[in-house]
Amino acid sequence: MPVTHAQAILNGERLALSRALTQVENNTAEGLEILKALFPHTGSAHLIGVTGAPGTGKSTLVNQLALTYRQSIAGSAPPRVAIVAVDPTSPFSGGALLGDRVRMQDLAGDPGIFIRSMASRGSLGGLAAATAGLVQVFDAAGFEIVIIETVGAGQAEVNIAKLAHSTIVIEAPGLGDEIQTIKAGILEIADILVVNKSDRPDAENTLRGLRNMLSLAHPDGDQVNHHGQLMELDAESDRTENGWIPHVLPTIATSGEGIPDLVNSLTAHYDYLKSSGIWQVREEKRLKNQLETLLGTALRSRWEKRISPDIYQAALAQVIKRELSPWRAVEELILGAGL
Amino acid sequence: MGNSQSKIRVLIAKAGLDGHDRGAKVVARSLRDAGMEVIYTGLRQTPEMITEAALQEDVHVVGLSILSGAHMTLVPKILKLLKEEGLDDVKLFLGGIIPDEDKPELTKLGVNGIYGPGTSTQTIIEDIQKACL
Repeated sequence: MPVTHAQAILNGERLALSRALTQVENNTAEGLEILKALFPHTGSAHLIGVTGAPGTGKSTLVNQLALTYRQSIAGSAPPRVAIVAVDPTSPFSGGALLGDRVRMQDLAGDPGIFIRSMASRGSLGGLAAATAGLVQVFDAAGFEIVIIETVGAGQAEVNIAKLAHSTIVIEAPGLGDEIQTIKAGILEIADILVVNKSDRPDAENTLRGLRNMLSLAHPDGDQVNHHGQLMELDAESDRTENGWIPHVLPTIATSGEGIPDLVNSLTAHYDYLKSSGIWQVREEKRLKNQLETLLGTALRSRWEKRISPDIYQAALAQVIKRELSPWRAVEELILGAGL
Repeated sequence: MGNSQSKIRVLIAKAGLDGHDRGAKVVARSLRDAGMEVIYTGLRQTPEMITEAALQEDVHVVGLSILSGAHMTLVPKILKLLKEEGLDDVKLFLGGIIPDEDKPELTKLGVNGIYGPGTSTQTIIEDIQKACL
């Protein structure tokens, strides 16, 4: 029974939680009922996204981050931490090898931590289609911190920034020159930039490159120091909607060095989002996105039920023969379904 | 959203102290290529860690690799813990060096399949698919 299933999750039953995650991931009718029932209980977790190229140390850093959160606050109960780790699905077999847990063995045996591995199942953008749903289940189940680890990302896997409140982008030393730092894409979504493996020789260069990038994007008073002269920058569009300037931090995730600073930065970002009202703005944007996506899906499936496959195939054949333009075909197919 | 989809989820775990996971990786890779979602845990897992991972990942199958000879200790313990967590429906498969005289006992305990060196990965894939029907 869905309602009691949702209640079991709210009561903190781990098996009920785990089974619900499967239903939501598989997009079943039961999963949908669970999401409906849990929705009023969502909205309080701090959602932290962790992204970066393959091999930069995302899983190891997530491991340390969770460990530090679980020890962090002396005197009060530490937050419960959920981890959603996404790895790619093979486009050939549909299977996946999910290996993020290998780096998270330190977290075993702590009942305040729950790790769930997820295959991307064909989604692009660094997350799986159901990742947002899983995160909502964890949120409702009372996890104060939800860490979302994306698939190893290239330059354009930026969907995490739409889901997470705080996005950490991990770089490793020695990957590309300064031009890489001014390209659009993944670096732009960072609230916190981490240079992991900072014991490597090139780390200083990478840190400097990233800081230079930020000084271009967030110059003091729209000016940047160039050959000792202050230049005016036409940087209105470069300024974030907010006053947060991304932190740049060196870490060594294998030893835990720099992780307490990272947690401090995350806490500072959380406080900033809350006090500036941006938390609320992002939340509204996210829910609007979700509503529009759901509406689009629902309309499409209603359309699919109303239109006969023959009519669709006939229209497609006409388009292929170039007797009908795709735009005209869409008009006819929508009219044909009575929508 | 669209259609609902489900996949066979398998946890591959190296139990105990031996540090040789070539076989486990070969099996993990083959199951991946057969369209399953394989969660690989890494080396030196205790029965508690394996059970916890099986619960969190909601797997249909746990595949254990044991080469150390400790299977008569580890397997009953894992089966007991799985039951305690309400995971009675999780199927347990065992690979590694398992002497013939231990097999009847392990099967009686509830192990679904036991595979020694030289087993075709196709056999393992088919057995898992059959068990998850």
